[in-house]
Amino acid sequence: MKSSEGSITPTEAPPDGKDEATGLPWLRTWRGVYLFIFGCFVLSVVLLIALTVIYSS
Amino acid sequence: MNLLDFVVLIGSMLGIAAYGTWHTRRHRDLSHYLKGDETVGWLTIGISVAATQASAITFISTPGQGYESGLDFVQNYFGMPLALIIIAAFFLPIYRRLNVYTAYEFLGRRFDAKTRLLGAALFLVQRGLAAGITIYAPAIILSTVLGWRLDLTIILSGLLVIIYTVIGGSRAVSLTQKYQMAIIFGGMVAAFVILLMKLPTSLGDAFTVAGGFKKLDAVSFSFDVNRRYTFWTGLLGGLFLSLSYFGTDQSQVQRYISGSSLRESRLGLMFNAVLKIPMQFFILLLGVMIFVFYQFEQPPVYFNQPAWHQAIRHDAGGKLHALEQEYTAAYTQKEQLVHQWLEAKHAGDSQAEAGARAQALAALEHSNNLRAEAKTVMQADDPGVKSNDADYVFVTFVLNHLPHGLIGLLIAAFFAAALQSKSAELTALGSTTTIDFYRHLVKREATDAHYVAASKWFTLFWGLVALAFALFANLAENLIQAVNIVGSVFYGVVLALFLVAFFIRWVGGTAIFWAALAAQTLVFVLYFSLPISYLWYNFIGCAACVLLSLIIQAAPGSTNKSAPALPAS
Repeated sequence: MKSSEGSITPTEAPPDGKDEATGLPWLRTWRGVYLFIFGCFVLSVVLLIALTVIYSS
Repeated sequence: MNLLDFVVLIGSMLGIAAYGTWHTRRHRDLSHYLKGDETVGWLTIGISVAATQASAITFISTPGQGYESGLDFVQNYFGMPLALIIIAAFFLPIYRRLNVYTAYEFLGRRFDAKTRLLGAALFLVQRGLAAGITIYAPAIILSTVLGWRLDLTIILSGLLVIIYTVIGGSRAVSLTQKYQMAIIFGGMVAAFVILLMKLPTSLGDAFTVAGGFKKLDAVSFSFDVNRRYTFWTGLLGGLFLSLSYFGTDQSQVQRYISGSSLRESRLGLMFNAVLKIPMQFFILLLGVMIFVFYQFEQPPVYFNQPAWHQAIRHDAGGKLHALEQEYTAAYTQKEQLVHQWLEAKHAGDSQAEAGARAQALAALEHSNNLRAEAKTVMQADDPGVKSNDADYVFVTFVLNHLPHGLIGLLIAAFFAAALQSKSAELTALGSTTTIDFYRHLVKREATDAHYVAASKWFTLFWGLVALAFALFANLAENLIQAVNIVGSVFYGVVLALFLVAFFIRWVGGTAIFWAALAAQTLVFVLYFSLPISYLWYNFIGCAACVLLSLIIQAAPGSTNKSAPALPAS
């Protein structure tokens, strides 16, 4: 059931408990997934810096 | 283009649209029409989010940007992975738990009706204006180079996307986007492979030439405020813009709340967080490799070839003819210097290599000056000629150097990109009008079938508005900039509405509503009085709205201090 404006309560939303699992064998928590994504981002930047440095000379 | 190209182009475009329409023609209820069914997995969501963001301009113009400026534009996307993590962790769970159709419904639940309507109205104004450009911008480029009628190109591509979006709703958008992205990636990868095969040098030498001409400078930590793309502007500006776009723009929110579960939606967003930087790098690198290719094959003086040929026909003084001859001589000299540079490199003669490279750089600068001079002459004869022809670099390469069949596939890819972002915009405009205005203000109690029908009519309405806008637009460059300005003028305040909603719980609806109106007024005043880049208004609008909401809420006598609690995420 939808509630009216300005009346959010924690009980109105359907439980989403099973969604909390990542379902990934090697990253079991969402914190781990986010850290992995952040690591991929850092790796991308490092590789781009390496490309810049190698070919700028 | 020959018959084979037309078969590939028309077959792929009509085939995907027909499949999407047929497969999604029946709808059980409003949720099914606006969110899709409950089986949408993370890969479909991920592709749909990427497809909505990547318009035709991404695939037509970005290689041209790589050709002109190298890889530094990739920094613009550095903030995006971080923004998507924040959205997946904080925004998405609340959207799903509240089971909303639109992002602005959430504002109504967190604040009040007037704030919801304000957020939805800002979205409709901004996205409604941008919708016409999504079709018009690629249509003007493709119709110019292919010699097609602009109005027919706009009408045919516009009607195609309207038909399958109206009939199939959100599910048709996701389904067709999947196959359209396959066409796009297939075409781009094939073009890249053919380009590498056509290079007269090894890949290592190609990178040497690109690096020597400063096209591989991907990251800069410069604090120079005049430099458009740096690590810092990409990280901070990109984070801010991506939070606004992915977190609050209904055309994106509608894509990822349609997942069968929170997990699928989150993984779809994370797919984009990983995909986007490599994808943009690849598209820019394609442009850089086209630049290298044109060091061994003479490029046109002006890449918009129809405009160039027309200018040559009216070149009464012979200035353009003279410039073209001088450009050819400059190219021949530059090509010899590049060969000397690579020969010195292979011989291990670093002194000769450095000398030839310096001369080649000077020759490139001379060629660029001639190109600039030619554009000045063209603009003197016809003020409508654009000073920047980078948008035509990739299309010209495709038409002149790719085999038939593949030309058709690439042109299909450009149209597919236009349709996929357009369809997401239309369904978002239709659903926001239906849910936040029609169902909320006009007809509160009706059957799902009634709201599905209303949503179809509103989607059709926005599609026709976009078509009309595209048909009557005739100042492409100015309009694109105008739409970007409109977006920047509104985006900051919209983002502030959501940031306060999520993270500052003691601020109530009345405070944020008046703060938003005041901040938006401030942005308008500053826009008409300050000579700063329009991108700054994203930050100014957001900061002003957040600060004002805090001040108004803290003021003596203000009400609504106990804002409703958000569901735990």
